[in-house]
Amino acid sequence: MVSDLFPTPENTSEPQPDSNARRSFMKQAGGILGLALAPPLVAQAERLTAYSRTIEGATDLTLRINGQTRTVRAEPRVTLLDALRERLDLTGTKKGCDHGQCGACTVLIDGQRVNSCLTLAVMVQGKEITTIEGLAQGDELHPMQAAFLKHDGFQCGYCTPGQIMSGVACVSEGHAKTDDQCREWMSGNLCRCGAYANILAAVREVASKG
Amino acid sequence: MNDFSYTQAASAKEATGIIKEKPQAAYIAGGTTLLDMMKANLLEPPQLVDLNQLPFKGIEQTSDGLRIGAIERMSTVGEHPLVVQQFPAVSQALLLAASPQLRNMASIGGNILQRTRCGYFRDAAFPCNKRVPGSGCPAIAGDHHNLAILGVSDSCIATAYPGDLSVALAAFDAVLTLENQKGKQRRVPITEFYLLPGKTPQRENVLESGELIVAVTIPGAAHARRSTYLKVRERSSYAYALASAAVGLDVQNGTIRTARVALGGVGAQPWRSREAEKVLTGAPATEATFLAAAAAALQGAQPLEHNRFKVELAQNTLVRALQQVA
Repeated sequence: MVSDLFPTPENTSEPQPDSNARRSFMKQAGGILGLALAPPLVAQAERLTAYSRTIEGATDLTLRINGQTRTVRAEPRVTLLDALRERLDLTGTKKGCDHGQCGACTVLIDGQRVNSCLTLAVMVQGKEITTIEGLAQGDELHPMQAAFLKHDGFQCGYCTPGQIMSGVACVSEGHAKTDDQCREWMSGNLCRCGAYANILAAVREVASKG
Repeated sequence: MNDFSYTQAASAKEATGIIKEKPQAAYIAGGTTLLDMMKANLLEPPQLVDLNQLPFKGIEQTSDGLRIGAIERMSTVGEHPLVVQQFPAVSQALLLAASPQLRNMASIGGNILQRTRCGYFRDAAFPCNKRVPGSGCPAIAGDHHNLAILGVSDSCIATAYPGDLSVALAAFDAVLTLENQKGKQRRVPITEFYLLPGKTPQRENVLESGELIVAVTIPGAAHARRSTYLKVRERSSYAYALASAAVGLDVQNGTIRTARVALGGVGAQPWRSREAEKVLTGAPATEATFLAAAAAALQGAQPLEHNRFKVELAQNTLVRALQQVA
């Protein structure tokens, strides 16, 4: 059973290039972050130790969201979810459980899906953040959005932005090749209306179109 | 969440130095356990020290085995070809845990330090010997259907580590590399890393204040290559284990040469069963052997009213896991 859903020695060969890509990105991100922290802040940090970059209280955070650079004044305790919804007027990302259990807050960071409710905004400066608002190209829906409409992949719609973001990642990861695999790799997104059958159909259709 | 300051540490020395000055400060890597607990006001650190710039990265073959940096993410490690090929049980334990989103965030070091899901620990309105030493354990007379039956004490019956990875690591003799505030490194087998609750359930492992997990190294072995992780839970995905088994067998001509067994979801710590391994080693790889091994593994179980089912569940889980790799 497991072999259908997860990598096996037979279907895994060389180390995936993306692990190296991520590592080099992280180095790069460090550089960007260094730039993002404006001189006054660095000077404040330098008073503490030679290397530390300590942030206290509300400061201006610079975030790359849907291809745009946005500045938000926030304390370190502000999650990415709250920064998006309460400070940046990007309310497409939803707050469900606020504890990483429901997936309604799913966004992409450097192309990888994460729970924005358990992500501190201060920690994702310099990274590329994609929210549900960033999927469509003008009036043209992202194929995953179109597939959710076609297959009626929702009822109340509250979990839908998270489902769609997770679905986009699930397909790009290559984890939507069978119904069972897709169910397993979409299990981090709960739907209390129970639209799972149609959500599955939507994600599978996008996956099958490659 | 309480207010806190945030520091991105540039080195291990800097990170440990902050904790030395401010012992209540906390390290953060993925943050999936820490922020969850901070939102529930179970932890209120005045400062978070971000470890993500530390060089505790990489998955590489060494003379001691496969070395995995503590900052690597669960998703990266779970799908890494070297892990999949050499330690299928470790890969499966990682990929059957949490959700894809959480696995993209959570670090290996953080996973090893994951805290219990006992409802009384996680609700500050209740007494809990783990959270407030000496306050009592309401779980013993309360809801304990998902709590431990092995290694428990009168003070605490929590599955202190509720996850999956450390169960597989315990089975396959993984060794942690730790670094303390003086920059000195030491190596601790994961089977000696966790502490049983006894009278001090607030002490869950041997980490000193500020000590960091640098890496985990798993020695390669024939029984590790022929291994699996079977997880049984209340729903088929995205849930903690009621019972799980990490097993590996080296079988030749129908006889078990070496065996490794660890159980999850049933122990006060990831439960390596040398009793089961003793029954398996040198015996024929048959159902009768597996049943005897399962009986040996659960012999010391101390179930209560609501978790009595776990004795049989864990035995059946272990037998089925062994059948899968035999």
